[in-house]
Amino acid sequence: MGIRLIKAGMFTTVQDIGRTGFQSRGFRACGVMDRRSFRIANLLLDNPENEAVLECTLTGPVIEFTSEMIIAITGGNFQPEVNGEPVRMYEALYMKKGDILKLGSAVTGRTCYIAFSNYLQVPVVMGSRSTDTLCGIGGFKGRKLQDGDYIEERIKRRKYLPYFLSRKLDLDEFDTSREKICVITGPQDDMFTRRGISTFLGSEYTVTSSFDRMGMRLEGPFVESRAGSDIISDGIPFGAVQIPENGKPIIMLADHQTTGGYAKICTVITADMPKLVQRRIGDRISFRAVTPEEARKKILDEQQEFQQMRDRIHRPCREVLDCRLTAKRVRQLFEDRPQ
Amino acid sequence: MNKRIEFLPEGDSGILIRWPQEISPQITAEVSAAAHALRHARIEGIIDIIPAYCSILVCFDPTAVSFSSLHERLFQCIGREKAAGTAVIRRFEIPVCYGGGDMPKVMQYTGLSEAEVIELHSKPEYLVHMIGFLPGFPYLGGMDERLAVPRLKEPRAVIPARSVGIGGSQTGIYPLSSPGGWNLIGRTPVRLYDPAKDDPVLLRTGDLVRFVPVSEEACAALEAEAEVGKGCYRRQEGENEWESV
Repeated sequence: MGIRLIKAGMFTTVQDIGRTGFQSRGFRACGVMDRRSFRIANLLLDNPENEAVLECTLTGPVIEFTSEMIIAITGGNFQPEVNGEPVRMYEALYMKKGDILKLGSAVTGRTCYIAFSNYLQVPVVMGSRSTDTLCGIGGFKGRKLQDGDYIEERIKRRKYLPYFLSRKLDLDEFDTSREKICVITGPQDDMFTRRGISTFLGSEYTVTSSFDRMGMRLEGPFVESRAGSDIISDGIPFGAVQIPENGKPIIMLADHQTTGGYAKICTVITADMPKLVQRRIGDRISFRAVTPEEARKKILDEQQEFQQMRDRIHRPCREVLDCRLTAKRVRQLFEDRPQ
Repeated sequence: MNKRIEFLPEGDSGILIRWPQEISPQITAEVSAAAHALRHARIEGIIDIIPAYCSILVCFDPTAVSFSSLHERLFQCIGREKAAGTAVIRRFEIPVCYGGGDMPKVMQYTGLSEAEVIELHSKPEYLVHMIGFLPGFPYLGGMDERLAVPRLKEPRAVIPARSVGIGGSQTGIYPLSSPGGWNLIGRTPVRLYDPAKDDPVLLRTGDLVRFVPVSEEACAALEAEAEVGKGCYRRQEGENEWESV
């Protein structure tokens, strides 16, 4: 019992926060691109924070449920439908056996996340269920999902969640915003001229079609270096902005290599990565330098926000508080029953 | 405490520990010892560490710990390890069947005969400066400069797993099949990356590696043994006896 992918979608993989602890051995961390949407999807279902989800890219899957379970979909707007009827994202959805969930193309954003109350039966490899498609490690058979794939549910009968009707949150909006992406400069910013750095921080760049889970290449004004871009290879963090010889930025994303030899002018702050990865080809991006303290404040504020979300979905809903409303609904069930 | 080492913020979830920028056995030994100390210290908030030629990137959870308090802990930890001594040195002897691939190109570029290429490549004891790029991919230092051959202008779409190659003045082994631009001069039966093992990656920063030329026939026999789980290499830990794995 579980889910069958009638259509797998453009690039759908099983991911969690990533395979950490092994980067020193050359294993990419991989994991979800948009950590915020990932967390909210699991939060809606009271799932463990790092429970594996399906990450869907650009065009989503068509999924048949061969078992009852509860799901939640977050991220860019993929216009989800269940049995032909539109359903809301950022809400717990009750799926019955035989239901068909169809995700279309992303109208906003780039990726969306489907969390499952019965979890996905996918083995843990080196502490994570994330898929490394380049090395064929982890996730569902080490690859992206294909039409016809079947994933078993990992546990059975978790089809009751308290405060079910309260499990809805405001949609995160992924329209192209004019907000600048915050970065912390360094560690090789000293390899760029002052003009190069002010060009980078003062210009608009365009997201090119070279945008995948490994990285996002930008087109725009040339960023000048003092003496070339080669460094002695060092570790690369999620969100690092490398600038090779050609002066055009490349931002390192979830499937980035562990080490590299191009100078890094800055790193995108953790709180702004979800916004960045949900940009679309052709979008304009500009950057703003912030201090580590400002960056920390943003991520701690987001922690508070998650706590508020948790509180909201664990509140009794209107239907529980207002008995008359519930009574009316229950009466309807009896009146609609065939005699 | 070593004043040559800097601690720099890298984004809001990274601290770069940076040694003087050079590729040398001394710096690699210090990096290796520091990485060892960090792993054993189990510092709150650290998610992962990425050691390289002359740096360690410490990845941390910014909601669990601040830059300044982590900086303090790292400073204490690394200083202490220098007093306690360094990690145990491991030596490996890895069989290589030389020939084929880009060997003719390497011979032509360097002006050496095949026998000379093999001699020069298998003579040194190479130092693993770091592991990166692919699971278990070793960046080896100590190759004879006479063997340096520039990378291919256009990388191959597929380099077979366990190929031994030369890229510029570096040499290494591809643990996995992968695209790549190095010049291939041989292959080894040794699985540098074996997902079946508890510890899937064989080599680590600080290890010493020597290549042992073997014949085509011997290599085929070793390949068969490797298929059923035999290591096919020799190893020495610290001052202990050499053992065949």
